[in-house]
Amino acid sequence: MKLYCLSGHPTLPCNVLKFKSTTIMLDCGLDTTSVLNFLPLPLVHSPRLSKLPSWVSKDGTINLEKELKECAGRVFVDSQPEFCLPERELLDLSTVDVILVSNYHCMMALPYITEHTGFTGTVYATEPTLQIGRLLMEELVTFMERVPKAQSATCWKNKEIQRMLPGPLKDAVDVWTWKRSYSMQEVNSALSKVQLVGYSQKVELFGAVQVSPLSSGYSLGSSNWIIQSHHEKVSYVSGSSLLTTHPQPMDQSSLKNSDVLILTGLTQMPTANPDGMLGEFCSNLAMTIRAGGNVLVPCYSSGVIYDLLECLYQFIDNANLGTTPFYFISPVANSSLEFSQIFAEWLCHNKQSKVYLPEPPFPHAELIQTNKLKHYSSIHGDFSSEFRQPCVVFTGHPSLRFGDVVHFMELWGKSSLNTIIFTEPDFSYLDALAPYQPLAMKCVYCPIDTRLNFHQVSKLLKEVQPLHVVCPEQYTQPPQSQAHRSDLMLELHPPPMPYRRCSVLNLPFRRRYERVYILPELANSLVPSEIKPGVSLATVSAVLHSKDNKHTLQRLHAIPNVPKKRKRVPEEPPVLLGPKPLLSGAVPLEAFLATLQKHGITEVKVEETADGHILHLQAEDTLIQLEEDGTHIVCDNNEPLRTTLRDLVLRFLQRL
Amino acid sequence: MPEIKVTPLGAGQDVGRSCILVSIGGKNIMLDCGMHMGYNDDRRFPDFSYITQNGRLTEFLDCVIISHFHLDHCGALPFMSEMVGYDGPIYMTHPTKAICPILLEDFRKITVDKKGETNFFTSQMIKDCMKKVVPLNLHQTVQVDDELEIKAYYAGHVLGAAMVHIKVGSESVVYTGDYNMTPDRHLGAAWIDKCRPDLLISESTYATTIRDSKRCRERDFLKKVHESIERGGKVLIPVFALGRAQELCILLETFWERMNLKAPIYFSTGLTEKANHYYKLFITWTNQKIRKTFVQRNMFEFKHIKAFDRSYADNPGPMVVFATPGMLHAGQSLQIFKKWAGNEKNMVIMPGYCVQGTIGHKILNGQRKLEMEGRSTLDVKLQVEYMSFSAHADAKGIMQLIRMAEPRNMLLVHGEAVKMEFLKGKIEQEFSIDCHMPANGETVAVTTNPSVPVDISLNLLKREMALGGPLPDPKKPRTMHGTLIMKENSLKLVSSEQALKELGLNEHQLRFTCRVQLQDPHSDSDTLHRIYTHLKSVLKGYTIQHLPDGTVMVESIVIKVSSCAEDANTKVLLLSWSYQDEDLGSFLSTLLKKGLPSGLC
Repeated sequence: MKLYCLSGHPTLPCNVLKFKSTTIMLDCGLDTTSVLNFLPLPLVHSPRLSKLPSWVSKDGTINLEKELKECAGRVFVDSQPEFCLPERELLDLSTVDVILVSNYHCMMALPYITEHTGFTGTVYATEPTLQIGRLLMEELVTFMERVPKAQSATCWKNKEIQRMLPGPLKDAVDVWTWKRSYSMQEVNSALSKVQLVGYSQKVELFGAVQVSPLSSGYSLGSSNWIIQSHHEKVSYVSGSSLLTTHPQPMDQSSLKNSDVLILTGLTQMPTANPDGMLGEFCSNLAMTIRAGGNVLVPCYSSGVIYDLLECLYQFIDNANLGTTPFYFISPVANSSLEFSQIFAEWLCHNKQSKVYLPEPPFPHAELIQTNKLKHYSSIHGDFSSEFRQPCVVFTGHPSLRFGDVVHFMELWGKSSLNTIIFTEPDFSYLDALAPYQPLAMKCVYCPIDTRLNFHQVSKLLKEVQPLHVVCPEQYTQPPQSQAHRSDLMLELHPPPMPYRRCSVLNLPFRRRYERVYILPELANSLVPSEIKPGVSLATVSAVLHSKDNKHTLQRLHAIPNVPKKRKRVPEEPPVLLGPKPLLSGAVPLEAFLATLQKHGITEVKVEETADGHILHLQAEDTLIQLEEDGTHIVCDNNEPLRTTLRDLVLRFLQRL
Repeated sequence: MPEIKVTPLGAGQDVGRSCILVSIGGKNIMLDCGMHMGYNDDRRFPDFSYITQNGRLTEFLDCVIISHFHLDHCGALPFMSEMVGYDGPIYMTHPTKAICPILLEDFRKITVDKKGETNFFTSQMIKDCMKKVVPLNLHQTVQVDDELEIKAYYAGHVLGAAMVHIKVGSESVVYTGDYNMTPDRHLGAAWIDKCRPDLLISESTYATTIRDSKRCRERDFLKKVHESIERGGKVLIPVFALGRAQELCILLETFWERMNLKAPIYFSTGLTEKANHYYKLFITWTNQKIRKTFVQRNMFEFKHIKAFDRSYADNPGPMVVFATPGMLHAGQSLQIFKKWAGNEKNMVIMPGYCVQGTIGHKILNGQRKLEMEGRSTLDVKLQVEYMSFSAHADAKGIMQLIRMAEPRNMLLVHGEAVKMEFLKGKIEQEFSIDCHMPANGETVAVTTNPSVPVDISLNLLKREMALGGPLPDPKKPRTMHGTLIMKENSLKLVSSEQALKELGLNEHQLRFTCRVQLQDPHSDSDTLHRIYTHLKSVLKGYTIQHLPDGTVMVESIVIKVSSCAEDANTKVLLLSWSYQDEDLGSFLSTLLKKGLPSGLC
């Protein structure tokens, strides 16, 4: 059993598990942090961005004037942004049988894997994961295709040149494998391979392995996965949360008794308390609005935004913000808001019971109805005429490199009245802001990451007690910036097995048993005998059938001797593969003598030896050597007698 | 032999008060708990005294499963759980859980408030009953206890309708509830995987019908409504608030839009708005097309259909009214019917099945004079039309489901005896499986033949697999030998050696030695070689070795040669074998006694 690790990003994992005869990919995360090295894609022409100077190395030897621009001391690639894909050389991805997706953030690399590697398998995901995942992909494609960039920079990737560049470009790994965004056609084709599953649904893979998604509590339809056979169990924990937000609570008990637990997707903000951050978010928002400024919230179009809107729903009136317009701008804003209302089955209990009334589970329905929240597909069209300030705008992408957010950065960045509030934890806010420097607008960083923190995860592991834990190497040491915080790492016994990009781990499994089914006819023919109180034995000779990884035992029917045409010896030799049962027990002298007597063998001379007795059957000139752990019958030229003696000895022994 | 027992308390050779008891692997399950529309007395509910004469049902039932929200499937639930007494889990899907209490409350109001019956369940009882409900998601495997698991499949009949797969060990039953094998304007088609249950319990409402295409029926329906409106008549369509009503509303809405019609369409009872709201929130349970387009246009927001007020019934001019309930047995639909029955310009369209005893059933059977309460009679002059829009599988659909699930036995409920009989014959003929159709209170036992799951040691399995060659060949059977250890509840199949070790038993060696005299005028070593050659030619496929220490080994049997002291031409062969090679040892000693053939070199 092996684990191939194709991504080094702990929250955007991509691992491949070889389990019995199946090859299972666990998640398909796309590392988007690579886009921070690129210049933003403005929706409308930005004089500032277009006037940025080209970067030239100090000695003037490298001059990639078309590809590299400099802003406030940092160098950016002027090209369509590119993503860091999961490793594709470590194993042949066409051999992957299934892909299990745990949540919509962890499936963004799916089209790269399913479309260009010869993949012919099935992808399993829950319905909300599929639908919202589709929205996020659609949004990404729209963001990119809306502002086509003619140039695709490649020269900077030359190893010799990259070496000379300033950081962080210099340290970026595998830049040659970075890829531009996929197309909508590729998205549709990839998603057509998805098969929907419900929580706790048991899906059989080739009869060998059963996989089952469990609620993970992190987002709509998010799941952890159990991969098990009758005797082995692997738990895959990815992006889980124990906080009460909108999704169904995490199913912890089903993770018990795992041989191996693969742990990914812990919080990226181990020191930030989500509730505290939410409070800070609200107060900063209110402060800015009261001072006449605008608030910009870069965010994904599904997920935490639902909780932010719900929080604001309660906060707006108390804070006297009833007249402030809230805008949600994304190509999929409407769909995201609508979809959130139809997945009652996947929501927490409180929200679930709302639909029984029947009322929409999320209060943003009311915000929309009362015109407090308006959604637009982009800044073009209706928005430009209806837009009023001061206002609050939720829009993507959180990297600030593409999407409508770029426009608002250019528009509001120069005024210190405005505030940008970061809530998504995926990008460092300083890196995100780098190409906009110098900036007058206020920046507030309140990342909300509801995923498990180290305290919660160690408690969870204590409860579910896996034999072994596998995790990204980042979790086995404290974060670089807080090297003294030994509470910000996993401390386990036995220690967790760490992995990094391109690791191949041998999972410590000792498979000892396999499931086999005894067919009724054979079961009825078995003769069990009790050898100890509560323990019975039966010898089984049967025909083994193995089909689709399922083994059955069928009754052995004597194979009729087919007469052969050629001349044969009078008697056929016995079947080669007859049963070879072992014997157990001992033959007690007195009882055996009595039995012999009963069968007319009376002239027996008994001689004592070091290990037992020798019985001399004088009339028949036959010896029987009786010992504690063996019996030896020496009998010449009298086959009927020999078989009789054999059967008499067997009466005292147990066949196994 | 293990058995699965099935006893219908309702819906046995009948439609109405569905309630089927199943005993499987020591578990007792109640499938549906419905009421009968045709009765107003005790026969309205299933006879729960069959389960126990005195007291509560909790200890006799492991769980109750409700397939969908129609009252003939859930109408007796509060009576059963709160008045007879049951505290165990009740399973139903989310939409059923949402809608079922509303219909129950409606039913209670009609019975208690309008008809003045006492000794009926109260609103509080409905609430208490619903607290015992555990919601089911599609395809989720729910573990009722350690042994009993259930799984719901999409049934299509109404919003939230489900079929259930019930499994204990390797025995299983599928109960279909009501289902529909063809998608309609708002729901998808029922689907189940090839789960090969021991028993499939299917409804058989339309056991003998093969229905024409849905399009034709829809066109027919629209034509009739249209004609009636054109000549100034009023059209009454008795429906249940949820289900068919929405489908027909979508149909009329699009027709009105297309034909630019102005006649008003009304929908009775305050339920409409609410009902349509449920459809919006549970859109994932509707069909593909509606789900795909719901963001742009929600099919359940109607422009032409308005809420009905009682006074509108006397308005002049044409109109279409949807009114509840669907079988004209009570409530608003009956009131409107009484008002309009005398005018032959009017029309009533019955879009679904009507239970015996209801007015709907009577007028569909051509009865033109109806006896009403208080000894008055009602002359029926309006046109009576029947259009089968109720979403049940027809004979073709039922056969299709059997093909999907591949059951070993079949049992029909929820249909009329004569029609069942016909379908039973067809099923037995086409699938060669037994088909049962018990009446209420009659028990059917189906014997199952489960295989026994056993844990086989991987060493033993690999050894046996290796013997069969590198690649498994399904045509070539492989024999395997091992010892089955039965300890507490575990069954382990291991090699004999491992069994000895695990149980701490000593091995007992049983050996045989046999001397055979042979006339062979050669040197000892030549004789040995001649024996070797001889055995080589006789025993094909055996391992035979001529060892340098002057022995021949056949498998583990040792053969030695020495000359007789008196006569050098008489050889004495010493054969020694263990019990494990008894067959071969016995064979060899007999063979060698016959001497060696002369032609050997």
